[in-house]
Amino acid sequence: MSLRRRIRNLRLIDPVSGKDYPGDLALAAGKILALGEISDDFQADEEIDGSDLIACPAFLETQFQAHTPGSGLHGDLCSELHAAAAGGFGSVVLDPDTAPVADTPGVLYQQRAAAEAVDSLRVYLSGALTRELRGDDLSEMVALAEAGAQIFSQGRQSVADSQRLRLALSYAADLGRTVFLWPEDRCLAANGVMDEGPLSLRLGLAGRPQAAEEIGVERDLRVARLAGAAVHFPSLSSAAAIARVAEARRGGQAVSCGVSLHHLLLSAEDIGYFNTHTKILPPLRNQKNRDDLLRALADGAIQCLSSQHVPWGRETEGQTFAQAPFGIAAVQWTLPLALRLVEEGSLDLLQMIRLLTTGPAAVLGLPPPSLAPGANADLCLFDPDAELQPSATGFSRARNHPYPGWPLRGQVRYLFVGGRLRYCSAAG
Amino acid sequence: MMPWRMGEGDPQRDAEGRLRNLLAIEGLREGEILEILDSAESFLGIGERTVKKIPILRGRTLVNLFYENSTRTRSTFELAAKRLSADVLNIAVASSSASKGESLLDTVDNLLAMQVDGFILRHPEAGAAHLLARHLGERAWVVNAGDGQHAHPTQALLDVFTIRHLLGPISERVVVILGDILHSRVARALIHALSILGCPQIRVVGPRTLVPPELQGLGVHVFHELEPALTGANVVYALRMQRERMDSQRLPSLEEYHRRFGLTAARLRLAEDNAVVLHPGPMNRGVELSAEVADGPQAIILEQVTHGLALRMAVLARLAGGNP
Repeated sequence: MSLRRRIRNLRLIDPVSGKDYPGDLALAAGKILALGEISDDFQADEEIDGSDLIACPAFLETQFQAHTPGSGLHGDLCSELHAAAAGGFGSVVLDPDTAPVADTPGVLYQQRAAAEAVDSLRVYLSGALTRELRGDDLSEMVALAEAGAQIFSQGRQSVADSQRLRLALSYAADLGRTVFLWPEDRCLAANGVMDEGPLSLRLGLAGRPQAAEEIGVERDLRVARLAGAAVHFPSLSSAAAIARVAEARRGGQAVSCGVSLHHLLLSAEDIGYFNTHTKILPPLRNQKNRDDLLRALADGAIQCLSSQHVPWGRETEGQTFAQAPFGIAAVQWTLPLALRLVEEGSLDLLQMIRLLTTGPAAVLGLPPPSLAPGANADLCLFDPDAELQPSATGFSRARNHPYPGWPLRGQVRYLFVGGRLRYCSAAG
Repeated sequence: MMPWRMGEGDPQRDAEGRLRNLLAIEGLREGEILEILDSAESFLGIGERTVKKIPILRGRTLVNLFYENSTRTRSTFELAAKRLSADVLNIAVASSSASKGESLLDTVDNLLAMQVDGFILRHPEAGAAHLLARHLGERAWVVNAGDGQHAHPTQALLDVFTIRHLLGPISERVVVILGDILHSRVARALIHALSILGCPQIRVVGPRTLVPPELQGLGVHVFHELEPALTGANVVYALRMQRERMDSQRLPSLEEYHRRFGLTAARLRLAEDNAVVLHPGPMNRGVELSAEVADGPQAIILEQVTHGLALRMAVLARLAGGNP
């Protein structure tokens, strides 16, 4: 049951209309009933003072590893959704790279059951494009779609064989679902653990050249065109690759891309003395590429922002850089990390909200999240000025992130999904 | 378990900026290197005495923790510690705990429970010594005896010690490093040591698959032909060529490598008359060096080993001797 709520004195930012204005919100039956000036006839069960808060649709995470099903050592849907809610997310798309891989309907049913049991955020499922994500045999995509797959995905595995990629994309195209691809020339990427460049030479670590991603994007774009499939690259790191995607979009191809906050906030230099908490895929690139990424973001060449949440439990700590697993788990600090980009002038608040709401929704084929009356009451109410320092340990089971102690601003105060309060933090 | 800290400061130094561990040459100050080299000069004489022992580290316990095979480095560290009167525990983990699945830090915690004072660590992965130093904090110190392809600071120190001992100041010598620079921790460490000591020209030479042009970023001159690189050189440092490089298709064969880059007596004549030849060992005769060069008067490979002992005594004395 969701309460009838009136939230007063908000700053309302609607990513669909682009409007930014002060007003109140009335929520009832899980929907937005009215906004702006609310009639006094509206009888609320609960009144909330929204002074100093911004209201926008709750965010949507396109890359979310919750290790469900999995061993439980690295977190589960319960712990990771809690962290996501605190970061401003109302919906997540699960990675298919679970144990076992989400390549059979049974795994998807298991994920749905877990999501219902946790009863927290909206959880969208992805079906593996190929069995065990190996890039060889097709998965039973119709069965996966019937089990609830919103998209098909290759997780963080590229498909080595171009012909197999073409056939998999052609088959998926029949089902009208977007395919998430991981574009990389696997042989060139080899076993690199960080960006190939002066820094990998210094540290004596195996490099992963940026060209491997650029070749992957070029190949995947052309193959997707042959197959007539809509594809999304959830995490690109190369500004040149993003420019290629933008060019293909201008040419009318159904393609989109996302970038993780980490690639926008960090560069390879942040690896410092082998900080394994900066080890991600694609690897952090050099500072010049980071500057180019920020420009691409401002120019609208990127459709989604993501925290690219990949938690790893304590059993994985204390390993060398080469041994440590790839991934950063910082979903809990998505809002203040994204606001850092706004503060630095890389994008404005409306753009930031769009990259976390309408952008991802369009990729997933969902209706655009808005503040219009009748829309789902999936809302993020945040204080943009509240000071916040990420702690090493948060709601996630994991603590593999490089942001402890960063002086940030912005805190989610209320997070509603379908009108129900899913996260709340005290002010002050 | 210590609180989890990543990415903070230089784990080589303590809060006051003093050298607490020896993890890499990069980041050392010229004065610190010179102090260690000078102190090694004074330890050199001890090996010539009948009684080769001094009591600087009496009562201390050091662990030689080796995750990779080593003859020279492990035995010179052991002898260095023993000549300073420390107790030494030798652990070759390749054949013990690692094969039982115990992690580096768990192994170290167990050794720490036996109240050891310092670790000499060799590990096949880059950054292992940094990881260990960060984990230990104030509890014990670490000397990096080689971590993957990253660093091997005592090797570089003994190399610059040898050059300085025989030829005088580094700041007047042209040094050529020959071979597989890309995969070599010895080369990386040596390049940093030579730069810090003001070497006017460091040349690296080898095939492009093993000597990428991006190495210029380290302040070296990159050559892909041996003859021009040798011309006018005072020091030629040949690196060991690993057989794996053939498996990974970086070289067609050792024979072809020798044909292009093997240091023969004829090629060595392009260098200055008094030029010296170094090699970190173990050497492949007929690959990096011809037998004529390896056994010739310009090779000072065995001096490197003798100096390595004195240099490692100097490093251990510096790190361990400071704390009562």
